[in-house]
Amino acid sequence: MTESNGNKSEGNGHIEDAAAGTVAVQLTRKDFASDQEIRWCPGCGDYAVLAAVQGLMPELGVPREKIVFVSGIGCSSRFPYYMNTYGLHGIHGRAPALASGIALTRPDLQVWVVTGDGDALSIGGNHFIHTIRRNVNLKILLFNNEVYGLTKGQYSPTSRQGMITKSTPMGSLDRSFNPISLALGSEATFVARTLDVDRKHISEVLRAAASHKGSAMIEIYQNCNVFNDGAFDILTSKGGRAENQIRLVHGEKVIFGENKDKGIVFENGEAKIASISEVGEDRIAVHDAHREDPSWAFALSRLSQNPTGPTPMGVFRQVEAATYDDQMNQQLAAAQTKLGQGDLASLLNSGDTWEAPERRGSDAPVYAGPERRGRQPGE
Amino acid sequence: MTAPIKELERVVVRFAGDSGDGMQATGDRFVEATAVFGNDLSTLPDFPAEIRAPAGTLAGVSSFQVHFSDHDILTPGDSPNVLVTMNPAGLKANLRDVQKGSIIIANSDTFTQGNLEKAGFESNPLEDGSLEGYQLYPIPMTSLTVEALKDSGVGKKDAERAKNMFALGVMSWLFHRPTDTTAGSIRKRFAKLPEEVIEANIAAFKAGINFGETTELFISSFSVKPASLKPGRYRNISGNAALAWGLIAAAHQAKLPLFYAGYPITPASDVLHELARYKHFGVRTFQAEDEIAAAGAVVGAAFSGNLSVTCTSGPGVDLKSETMGLAVSMELPLLIVDVQRGGPSTGLPTKTEQSDLLLAMYGRHGEAPMPIVAASTPADCFWAAIEAARIALKYRTPVFLMSDGFLANGSEPWLIPSIEDLPDIWVSFATEMNHDGEFWPFLRDQETLARPWAIPGTPGLQHRIGGLEKADGTGNISYDPDNHEKMTRLRAAKVAGIAKDIPDVEVDDPDGADLLVVGWGSTWGPIGAGVRRVRARGKKVAWAHLRHVNPFPRNFGKVLRSYRKVLVPEMNMGHLVKMIRAEFLVDAKPYNKVQGLPFKAAEVEAMLLELIDD
Ligand SMILES: Cc1ncc(C[n+]2csc(CCOP(=O)(O)OP(=O)(O)O)c2C)c(N)n1
Ligand code: SF4
Ligand SMILES: [Mg+2]
Repeated sequence: MTESNGNKSEGNGHIEDAAAGTVAVQLTRKDFASDQEIRWCPGCGDYAVLAAVQGLMPELGVPREKIVFVSGIGCSSRFPYYMNTYGLHGIHGRAPALASGIALTRPDLQVWVVTGDGDALSIGGNHFIHTIRRNVNLKILLFNNEVYGLTKGQYSPTSRQGMITKSTPMGSLDRSFNPISLALGSEATFVARTLDVDRKHISEVLRAAASHKGSAMIEIYQNCNVFNDGAFDILTSKGGRAENQIRLVHGEKVIFGENKDKGIVFENGEAKIASISEVGEDRIAVHDAHREDPSWAFALSRLSQNPTGPTPMGVFRQVEAATYDDQMNQQLAAAQTKLGQGDLASLLNSGDTWEAPERRGSDAPVYAGPERRGRQPGE
Repeated sequence: MTAPIKELERVVVRFAGDSGDGMQATGDRFVEATAVFGNDLSTLPDFPAEIRAPAGTLAGVSSFQVHFSDHDILTPGDSPNVLVTMNPAGLKANLRDVQKGSIIIANSDTFTQGNLEKAGFESNPLEDGSLEGYQLYPIPMTSLTVEALKDSGVGKKDAERAKNMFALGVMSWLFHRPTDTTAGSIRKRFAKLPEEVIEANIAAFKAGINFGETTELFISSFSVKPASLKPGRYRNISGNAALAWGLIAAAHQAKLPLFYAGYPITPASDVLHELARYKHFGVRTFQAEDEIAAAGAVVGAAFSGNLSVTCTSGPGVDLKSETMGLAVSMELPLLIVDVQRGGPSTGLPTKTEQSDLLLAMYGRHGEAPMPIVAASTPADCFWAAIEAARIALKYRTPVFLMSDGFLANGSEPWLIPSIEDLPDIWVSFATEMNHDGEFWPFLRDQETLARPWAIPGTPGLQHRIGGLEKADGTGNISYDPDNHEKMTRLRAAKVAGIAKDIPDVEVDDPDGADLLVVGWGSTWGPIGAGVRRVRARGKKVAWAHLRHVNPFPRNFGKVLRSYRKVLVPEMNMGHLVKMIRAEFLVDAKPYNKVQGLPFKAAEVEAMLLELIDD
């Protein structure tokens, strides 16, 4: 093994050196699969998302060693083990915090967060909102199955009110979070929603997220076929797909329905579903994901709380804003420009200093204590 | 005519007043001049948790004590020789510490009926003879300051506010402090205020000096010669600043960027404030949304190759527990700094205590051992930080660094080291496969048991780790019973093995004593002073002070067993003493104080004498 401790002749302690030597090569989907056995339940929506992500990665052109997947705890949070990249499987709810430490110190890396609805919105709600608010350069994949999978089926913050689970035999009382609204309320610069089974749509959304600078929050509706099967059937069933998926495409009118007969109108700060034949196509709103003002995106997010009817899918909002990590590095650079590269010796000798002369002769107390203190006990 | 000058070896001065009277600032200015003059010194700031408690009440009293001398000293002093009080509450709150014969200087302007009542005085102690036996000097400081500033261009309010600088002037005259230093430091301290306010403060300071000079109020003034410290260049430094600088020095020695995440909490916040100023050293500071996030960010930054540090106090340590367990499991190098304060819960935010030792030792679920390094004096925080970083980086482990409120806010002269004196911290990242063309993140170094540190960005070494149990070697998830036991023992052995890499505990026992006193952390000064007093009486006592509390130095058990009696003074209900008894089956006796204040030398002395004669 080349790794060594305390031996100057081997290895090195420089991030730049250790992280050097990256060569761009054309990779395939397989190159992004790790050798670990996948342990999700057969039929779990997580498989499809993993396949989509592994499939997208080669296209992004980022070398594997420059990618880090960070997760919390939950079924979905096992994701990093299956990627042949760097991976950190953290603790419940803290993935955004763990990932922030990486993104803030290593602008050369592409950092992905994988989290669940319980992980991100219950125990980790605080980190979720603050990380998004700071616009740390992270891609956050929120696997929303509206249930706690790993702990076997309790209701989650996105579960529908009244859900019967082992912990709520008479139905849950909690009102649910709308992750898109929450992210927008947290000043998110990129917010999107997609669906496990739609490989093409996931890839499109993730591609957009990957090129976004800053926090990108992607809610992925994911079927937990064991504890909450069919939660998103309304969007995936044969007829439901066209009738209930409102595809958001920047610059295009928001129109949906099997017969493209419905659209979204934006009135009095509210987005409403309208029949095109009734209101006329002119009044149908054009989706503008780049609007500085988030009220349009927010209005769209309010069209459905849980997917029980027509539900917007795609990129709600994508605006440019300075990232926290870039600004942190700019402050470092600005300080160095202004003050010069920090010099330890001058720091230690700064401020009011004075010289203590040679010690007085015999009356100096003698003590065999630690010399480093430069002083000896006495009173 | 000038008063005669009396030479003293050491003096303890305490400035006391309302939280709004600027006592900490006054003390700081006095200390700066005293340091530059070359005295040895030690300080004890003591202030309420409220920013502005109700004016004039006992709860609102803020004080600053400084002990300075012509020789080496260890503590801020037991009782003030001079108490300067800016109001009746300051007198009431502090009088019990002042011995008869000492000097009390009081701002008589504030001894009004209303203020006396607020402080709980039935009559005016400056006039009713109750302070007989003290050398009492009532001085109308407010009105003298206002009078001195009448042409200065500042309003009455600003003029009155400068009375603390008048008091500082009187004290500077009384103890022959270098006045230029103080004027300069007033200028620096108030730099953000309007020029006329700065000038007014300097004028008030000078008025105080002139007052001492021209009135014949004081029978004598005093001089305390510079101390004969070890030769070299010194500066005065507080514990929190020393800690911050130690972290910068450690990062420098390790050639790693320093990442620091924290959430504001007394008395740890100043470490964050201090480090935030050193961006030109490449220091990244991150004020997180809470302590959990700070700890999380630190783990992430450690994973990606930084010297990674979070600093907090007790309540924040509670919140970080789970994340520390993750760092133990992932075997990542990072520092958790605990600037301890009085607990439980919010407890005494601004007061000192050592009651987190067992929390640091055992406060995580599962078998999650962490090394513990403790600082013993304000300046020693510098060296303790470097040592904690050395251990963390070499053994790939989170390390606890223990400080406390007494060290954090206290200050003392510090012999500035040269860069060559700093310990070597060598860190190497893994860059190549280590096992048959594979990379095994948990293949350990045979000597240290440390695992390789392969940071993201290193080609070919992609690996995934987390808090699930890992197979020895490969680091893959493993629920195998034997493997778990093996890994548990390996993690424990790694931390225990650090004992081979730390110095033996030194025993100070010049006369062959029966009684050994053992301490850790900030009790170094008070225990040292107590020991010295006992020896001055011709009695024998041995003393050992721990820098490393986990693991213990290798000779510690032998040392403990070679004394008939062992005493362990701690500012808690007995933490180290429990560890000693459990580990070595030695009948060590606790000596506990939990008043939010450090031990006094006299208290330690009395306890030692009792045990010696026992
Ligand atoms: C501190 C802590 N509390 C509780 C748990 C137990 N726990 C593990 S995963 C989980 C919920 C996971 O739900 P979600 O985030 O929705 O992920 P999913 O399994 O559905 O993908 C809980 C409560 C834990 N691991 N840590
Ligand atoms: S419990 Fe649900 S979410 Fe978890 S692996 Fe099984 S199907 Fe997937
Ligand atoms: Mg879930």
